[in-house]
Amino acid sequence: MLNNREEDIDMNQLTVSELLELKKFTFHLIITKINGRLVKKEERDSAIISDGDEVIVLHMISGG
Amino acid sequence: MEDCYIMHFGEIKEKIKDKVIGIAGCGGLGSNCAIALVRVGIIRLIVADFDCIEESNLNRQYYFINQVGRKKVYALKDNLMAVNPNVSVDAFDIRLTPDLILKIYKDCDVIVEAFDDAEDKKMIIETILDKMPDKLVVSGIGLAGWGDNNSIHTSQYGNLYICGDNIKEVNEDNPPLAPRVGIVANMQANQVLEILLKERT
Repeated sequence: MLNNREEDIDMNQLTVSELLELKKFTFHLIITKINGRLVKKEERDSAIISDGDEVIVLHMISGG
Repeated sequence: MEDCYIMHFGEIKEKIKDKVIGIAGCGGLGSNCAIALVRVGIIRLIVADFDCIEESNLNRQYYFINQVGRKKVYALKDNLMAVNPNVSVDAFDIRLTPDLILKIYKDCDVIVEAFDDAEDKKMIIETILDKMPDKLVVSGIGLAGWGDNNSIHTSQYGNLYICGDNIKEVNEDNPPLAPRVGIVANMQANQVLEILLKERT
């Protein structure tokens, strides 16, 4: 699940960084979570996403 | 809506009167959201901002021309008290850091993220998700420009709610303006109200 939607990716496992590249999340300010747990920027290369995990990728945009 | 959520205004006010709402940032989102919450019966707020009111803020923020130059937190407190003199507002004239967020918002039922800058939004959301994961947060993201009403919506990710279009960033061609900022701010207030009224206590 990516951002509350089913997502089929033809890989057993991938890291958060690989997912961001695959799904073309290029925005510089983003927040990532796996199964409700925050994944900080420095952890994205090592944080593994497995089949069935709930992943959240959020863009931060200025304005308020 | 389920029957058990049908309430008179008196019942609504009774249910939310002891709730504490944190407002992080008192610009366009924070000032308008706080006003809406006080109008429906919230009487305890914790507000924080380090900025002073500038004339350019008056195109969207809930301040008045005679308040230009004043600290936003104190002017907002006055404006909230002008709506309801019984409101209790803890006003912090500070730039929020992760440590201060944990300290001042620890007793809040819901925190409204109302910063302007994307870096600050990231900082507070990450701080809360990481250090106070049980806390409910209602964030405003994507509100610049005008028109395009139907792009504005709310998404829920666990304890984090995001109101806005998630797309339009403020820049020279997309200034923040009262209508869209007000819509998102009031959507945040509406989400806070829904959370509080659906709480089973």
